[in-house]
Amino acid sequence: MTSLALPKLVRRERASFKVLVAAPFVALAIAALSNLLLYLAIGVDPLAVFKAMLIDPFTSYFSFSEILLKAGPLLLIAQGLAIGFRAKVFNIGAEGQFVLGAIFASAIPVYSPQASGIWLWPTMLVLGALGGLLWASITAFWRVRLNANEILVSLMLSFVALQLLNYLLLGPWKDPMGFNFPQSVMFPFDALLPTLLPGTRVNISILIALAVAILAWVFTQRSFAGYRLEVGGLAPNAARYAGFSQNGAIWISLLIGGAAAGLAGAAEVSGPVGQLQRSISTGYGYAAIIVAYLGGLHPIGIVFSAFLMATLYIGGDNAMVSAGLPIAAVNVFQGSLLLAYLIAVTFVRSKLVWPQRRTVEMARP
Amino acid sequence: MIAIEFILAGMLAAATPFLLAALGELVAERSGVLNLGVEGMMAFGAAAAFITVYNGAGHIPAFVIGGICGLLLALFFAFVTLGLHANQVATGLAIGILGLGLSAYFGKPYESFTVSGLEKISVPGLADIPVIGGLFTQDIVVWLSLVFTVALWYVLTRTKLGLLLKAVGENPHAADAIGYPVQLIRLGAVAFGGFMAGIAGAYASTVYTPLWADGMIAGRGWIAVALVVFGTWMVGRVFLGACLFGAVSLGGIAAQTVGLAIPSQILTSLPYIVTIVVLGIISSNRRLLRLNGIASLGEPFEKQS
Amino acid sequence: MTEPLLSLRGVTKSFGPVQANSGIDLDVAYGAIHAILGENGAGKSTLMKLIYGVETPDEGDIYWRGERFDVTSPAAARRLGVGMVFQHFSLFETLTVVENVSLLVPGSKKELTERIVKLGAEFGLEVDPLAHVHALSVGERQRVEIIRCLLADPKLLILDEPTSVLPPQSVELLFDTLRRLSETGVSILFISHKLEEIRSICSHATILRAGRVTGNVTPKDFDAHELAKMMIGRDMPDLAPAQAVNTGPIHLDLSNVTLPSNDPFGVSLEDISLEVRGGEILGIAGVSGNGQSELAAVISGETILPRGANGRLSMMGKDVRPLSPAARRNLGFAFVPEDRLGQGAVPQLSLVKNSILTAHGKGMVRRGMIHRTRAAEFTETCIKANDVRTPGASAEAGSLSGGNLQKFIIGRELMLEPQLLFLNQPTWGVDIGAATAIRKRLIELRNAGCAILIISEELEELFELSDYMQVLNEGHLSGRFKTSDTVPEDIGRAMIGAVEAAQ
Repeated sequence: MTSLALPKLVRRERASFKVLVAAPFVALAIAALSNLLLYLAIGVDPLAVFKAMLIDPFTSYFSFSEILLKAGPLLLIAQGLAIGFRAKVFNIGAEGQFVLGAIFASAIPVYSPQASGIWLWPTMLVLGALGGLLWASITAFWRVRLNANEILVSLMLSFVALQLLNYLLLGPWKDPMGFNFPQSVMFPFDALLPTLLPGTRVNISILIALAVAILAWVFTQRSFAGYRLEVGGLAPNAARYAGFSQNGAIWISLLIGGAAAGLAGAAEVSGPVGQLQRSISTGYGYAAIIVAYLGGLHPIGIVFSAFLMATLYIGGDNAMVSAGLPIAAVNVFQGSLLLAYLIAVTFVRSKLVWPQRRTVEMARP
Repeated sequence: MIAIEFILAGMLAAATPFLLAALGELVAERSGVLNLGVEGMMAFGAAAAFITVYNGAGHIPAFVIGGICGLLLALFFAFVTLGLHANQVATGLAIGILGLGLSAYFGKPYESFTVSGLEKISVPGLADIPVIGGLFTQDIVVWLSLVFTVALWYVLTRTKLGLLLKAVGENPHAADAIGYPVQLIRLGAVAFGGFMAGIAGAYASTVYTPLWADGMIAGRGWIAVALVVFGTWMVGRVFLGACLFGAVSLGGIAAQTVGLAIPSQILTSLPYIVTIVVLGIISSNRRLLRLNGIASLGEPFEKQS
Repeated sequence: MTEPLLSLRGVTKSFGPVQANSGIDLDVAYGAIHAILGENGAGKSTLMKLIYGVETPDEGDIYWRGERFDVTSPAAARRLGVGMVFQHFSLFETLTVVENVSLLVPGSKKELTERIVKLGAEFGLEVDPLAHVHALSVGERQRVEIIRCLLADPKLLILDEPTSVLPPQSVELLFDTLRRLSETGVSILFISHKLEEIRSICSHATILRAGRVTGNVTPKDFDAHELAKMMIGRDMPDLAPAQAVNTGPIHLDLSNVTLPSNDPFGVSLEDISLEVRGGEILGIAGVSGNGQSELAAVISGETILPRGANGRLSMMGKDVRPLSPAARRNLGFAFVPEDRLGQGAVPQLSLVKNSILTAHGKGMVRRGMIHRTRAAEFTETCIKANDVRTPGASAEAGSLSGGNLQKFIIGRELMLEPQLLFLNQPTWGVDIGAATAIRKRLIELRNAGCAILIISEELEELFELSDYMQVLNEGHLSGRFKTSDTVPEDIGRAMIGAVEAAQ
């Protein structure tokens, strides 16, 4: 007998909560170790990188505040996406919905640069959420009415959204006094979110994001609507049997995801950026996919994973400056982190069993 | 007229990256595996191939290395999805992000560098026909891709291997019950898909536009995934779809040559918009999708006890 | 007879904590038709998988013509000369018959086509070699499976519950084929739990109970009752006889329902009419794949009849055509679906959360929020009242055995206090103990005035339970048979569409 000593993957009797909690940490360790090799490959000192990435961000008030700033949009978008992912509605076009949110919110200051009043930034946020929601509703319509795959449609719409942003900034929305740079006018004071921590760029959007996280918790863990989505994701036939509308689940998932991403986009232009620029699209929409998974698609887990991902961003910037690491190293790290997590999390429901060698000797004639 | 001539001449070359990646994905999907990491595999292959050519090793090693880079990512994808039964969608996205990251990481020192592409080979006689003559002047990779397309069509529709692939994609449990190694067949199909994606990237970065720029794949891997749906998992239709996208991606330049004042952003978006529209049209024919679709697509295979 | 063709000695196989086979000894003689008899879960299927190499034994030896072999794969088994016809066919629907055959038998398409036709004529297994499998009836598919095995020239043919998919008349045809085969020297292993069949065709029977051999007999020497006792280890339980009750108002009324299939692999429903009154049980007989799932979906509301479609559908006197399953439940309808895991229950969720699935109307949702104590109480009651064996209400549905999960689902639906209860294959894959308990509950419910509709493949079950029967065949529903005036052969004729039933 050819007794390959390959371990077998066996289903656990019940899901292991311990593994579920440990998975993100194990993943982080695996990702860090494997990326170490990459740093060695281009002659960068890995210790310097890890120090810059994981320790330096916490050593100064300013860089810690930058983590909070980055965590806001990631947290918002990921909470929205996770609700869809749990229902197996894969909206991966949050980047586009984020951009549309930014565009919608910018419409007010662009068209009336003199606007003022305390209603201004809240209105912009609402408008932003609406923009993201409308952009996502195209995907929902395509999926529900035309049966088209939402992954492809939402992603293609992100590419289109980026071109729309370019068009506006190079054309009708370009700041006439902006020396021909592709950017809008600077927003008036009332269009900007109030600062939360004095002396930093941290604004109240992080509070909004945390409030959304609490709402998401109530929605997914306690509400009947959240339960219906969960059933639809785990067992579509059971949802149909119970009478939970599948189309409704697709609409709700995409609209929530779009609105959250749009809100994040609005908070970005009326927060740290203060105008509509091309650079607002930095891949938050894609990073939030990783944040959502890494948080176990659970609203509380996502709070932690959003801060982790924000740390990686700030740390990556640090490492670029201090250790000479290409900025793409952050993307590599993100990709390997998600992969490592997906590997680790399979052991929540399965375990490895090494086969016992059979002692019976061969008796082939 | 000039525009049409221009599009006809360039269409096949523009279609080749779409075609190669889509045919690879088609094989993977026929076995029942949805690989959404094509974009990343293309990008990684493109970067590796460009670096190879730039350092003077020539195009053949570049295509091999590009293919192998795609293959490596595909093997990793296969390990996670086939070996550990992880969610194929999420894993594909992760591989995509990783591949894009790796391409940017290793490609960084080569940003905006150029290399020389490949010479074009004309079919004597045919190449001189007015208007459509341009179709018959193509580089060697395009010619080989056409041969490959026919060969793949033959294998998938006329051989036992093709039959087996279809069987595994339709009902892996039945294939297992009659003794076929389902996981091994899927592994082979996914590996093939990854290799093709790598080659497609290599063509894009060393022949079609022989320069390196971060993000140069620009969604072509995703469009290739969409092309498989457009082609309803059939080689001939995927080929036609790839030609359509080749033509659409040239449409922008063609429009400018004839002096149409369309904002360039609209022209850049055109392939994406066409993808969305065609995807809607094809997918709304549920019967067609059900007839040609792959029943077990995206479902992990676990032996029943 | 010198030595047997196939011998098993001390064969043991476990899946985790479950010992599916333990110390099995078995001898199959040349040219014998040998039955493996046992109820659901006795370990018959596992034993066949071991012989066919789908699984390998943990302990014990398999001998072929007196020599020991490790059957490590189906390919190895086929090389020895073992062929297997699976209960749930291992055919590929999108391929043609000859393509299906060619995946297992070498040879050119043309050559195989000729051999299929020739073999078909020889053994009464006619089938069109160029037809796509999805276009074939269930019986034809079984013929394709058998042909595919026979073309490989087997010495031993294993058939797993082959008659469960056949109407009674076709069973005779199949038996005829099997007898002819055994005359040519092929041994046949015949897996079944149907006692009369085994008595009529098998020369030997090995009886399995809870993974062990409990008897080796010549079936003709025993009557069905004695065989049953060996199979389940005690006397067959008796059902409470149905009392004649005064039937109530019509609770379910379908007239002339027609639904063309959207799915190219599905069945279209044509002109379906039926009615069920309070206090009566209507059974729908027929082989699966004749429109059962389509009909079930129309009645449950999982498929809403499109506006243009023909037909009336009312429950408790109200038109329910546009209503969702949840809205139909509010009228007093309850449904136990065919698929327990994934339809009737969500495997990854706790029993409490599975209660909410259909019983959320029982005060479990307040202002959009889930009332968790209410759901937990409901679940505890359901577990106790229905003798569901589980560690607790928080256990995942997927961790329950088939019978226990079915008891939970039926219990949950009964707690909705339905006036109209619809069950699709209620005892499929359930052990005899649980099946008897379920049937008993159904009779009690009927006697209490509930209208009950049952779709089942088990003809015996329908004869036991129902007051009236109708037969579904290729999307057509026959007229009504009064069970007390009907014999299985009548139903069998309707199953092959040979007769329109008399009222």
